[in-house]
Amino acid sequence: MSGFTITLGLLIFIILLGLGNGLKNSFNQFFMDDATNTMFVFPGRTSMPYKGYNVNRTIQFKNDDLTDIKKNFPFYLEYITPRIFRNGTVTFNNESNSYSFVGVSPAHQISEKTIMMRGRYINDLDVKEKTKYAVVGRLVEKDLFKDKSALGEHIIINNTAYKVIGVFQDEGGDNEERRIYVPYTTLQLIEKNTDDINQIVLAYKPELGYAGAMLFEEKLTKFLKEKHEIAPDDQSGVFIRNIADNMNQNQQLSGVLTLIVTFVGIGTLIAGVIGISNIMVFVIKERTKEIGVRKALGATPFSIITMILQESIFITLIAGYVGLFLGVFVLKMIGDKLEDYFILSPYIDLGTAITATIILILFGALAGYVPAKRAARIQPIVALRDE
Amino acid sequence: MIVIKDLHKSYKMGSNVLHVLKGINFNVEEGEMVAIMGSSGSGKSTLLNIVGMLDLLDTGSYTLDGVPIVNLNETKAAKYRNKFLGFIFQSFNLINYKTALENVALPLYYQRVPKKERDEKAMQYLTKVGLANWATHLPSELSGGQKQRVAIARALAAQPKVLLADEPTGALDSTTSYEVMQLLQEINDEGKTLLVVTHEEDIAKMCKRIVQLKDGVIIEDKKVNQVRASEYV
Repeated sequence: MSGFTITLGLLIFIILLGLGNGLKNSFNQFFMDDATNTMFVFPGRTSMPYKGYNVNRTIQFKNDDLTDIKKNFPFYLEYITPRIFRNGTVTFNNESNSYSFVGVSPAHQISEKTIMMRGRYINDLDVKEKTKYAVVGRLVEKDLFKDKSALGEHIIINNTAYKVIGVFQDEGGDNEERRIYVPYTTLQLIEKNTDDINQIVLAYKPELGYAGAMLFEEKLTKFLKEKHEIAPDDQSGVFIRNIADNMNQNQQLSGVLTLIVTFVGIGTLIAGVIGISNIMVFVIKERTKEIGVRKALGATPFSIITMILQESIFITLIAGYVGLFLGVFVLKMIGDKLEDYFILSPYIDLGTAITATIILILFGALAGYVPAKRAARIQPIVALRDE
Repeated sequence: MIVIKDLHKSYKMGSNVLHVLKGINFNVEEGEMVAIMGSSGSGKSTLLNIVGMLDLLDTGSYTLDGVPIVNLNETKAAKYRNKFLGFIFQSFNLINYKTALENVALPLYYQRVPKKERDEKAMQYLTKVGLANWATHLPSELSGGQKQRVAIARALAAQPKVLLADEPTGALDSTTSYEVMQLLQEINDEGKTLLVVTHEEDIAKMCKRIVQLKDGVIIEDKKVNQVRASEYV
């Protein structure tokens, strides 16, 4: 009976915590598919005249923006990569389809958390030599090559042939797995040998923290505005999307979630402990007479306390173990079935589970101690009279 | 063996004070078998409880086997009880989830006798009360007389100086009562000191001495010719 409470308490604790973790998991999956120290820099159109330039001038990033940023912000910068987005008709043998293909440099793999399944990513040599190599997404390979490997095959993108050197996957979803990456320099060469860049993706050093990232953003904006001769208070010349900003919010939300889960978990544990101590009081009441008999036979108060504690710990141990086992089992059963409710692969790490069990057992013993102590103080004569 | 001098005991019942024992002077020699008689409320059970160290005296003195019983804390009382005294109760007070053997072995457990030796000794006493074949049975599977015999075996197991029996036959029919008394007489024949609280005349006559209590004082203390219980069985 007392064991049941503990089993239930632990079961609920583990399930709640597991589900909470599941919620966090899906949360993280939604928001943290890309590297979290990333900033995206987009060019825009000016909204103010400045230094003799007209309003509504289109800003165009070029390769020298990359080198200038590298040169001016070595303290903040972890890596930088341009990206040039294009749409293209991609053909292999008779299969053809439309995909977005992106001109990038090697660092782009880190910022997008691209995972190579086979082959390799674009490397520095590819950028330098402007090789006609392409890295294709898992779904591109599936669409065009069916069951065969794309590696080493040649595909035609907008009338230019590229050799496939790698196949990747990305947790960002189907769209990101329908991409093709090529060296940005190759793309520039094909497009009439320009050095235009769409966007700049860069990452600050994570150790800078949130404040450092904000400072970097500010300085970078100022630098780019000066370089492109945009009015300092023009809001639409360049845009910087800083993931740190989102991150901060997300982390706060995630933190609140953790807090709630922990709170509920602790509440359950406390309820369990109270349950145990209540039941111990009841058990001892029921056994008052036995305790009286034992005392008449020469049991010392100490031996009575020991006996009751041993029993309560034993019960808690068994029941706790059952609860632990059941809880983990239920979480396993749930698995990914609740994905529609934003609960993704609920889990509880073994450390937490065992800690919870140990706490419950410890407090169970403590909860047993108070009534045990009272039991030990029962006068045998009173206990024996108790019919 | 037991020396009690000018013993007083009172209980607080709310605002009233109930003076239960009003100056008892009472000695028991080794090997005696004393019946303490009296109507209910005469203080006989209280006297037995004090002798059994289950209750504390207010004033007076109590010496057991030359040891003055004063300033008892719980642990000390438990040790003395275990060493000097064996209890037999009206309602047997066996522990109902333990077998007959385990019940008998319990006082030995509190003497920290090793398990094997404990079981051997317990078996020896169970045999003595004629219940060797019932060793592994639970109290619920035993008859009243059998339960009381297990309780007697348990009281003997710790080899106490004095056996205290509180209405040992109170819950038994007369045939079984006489069997139990016969057993107690045999134990007394072997030299154990026995104190039996009873309100039944015939049970009292099976002891060697009868002490009559009334309203907290001893009104009569006489030696009697023991009636052997075996005559009735």
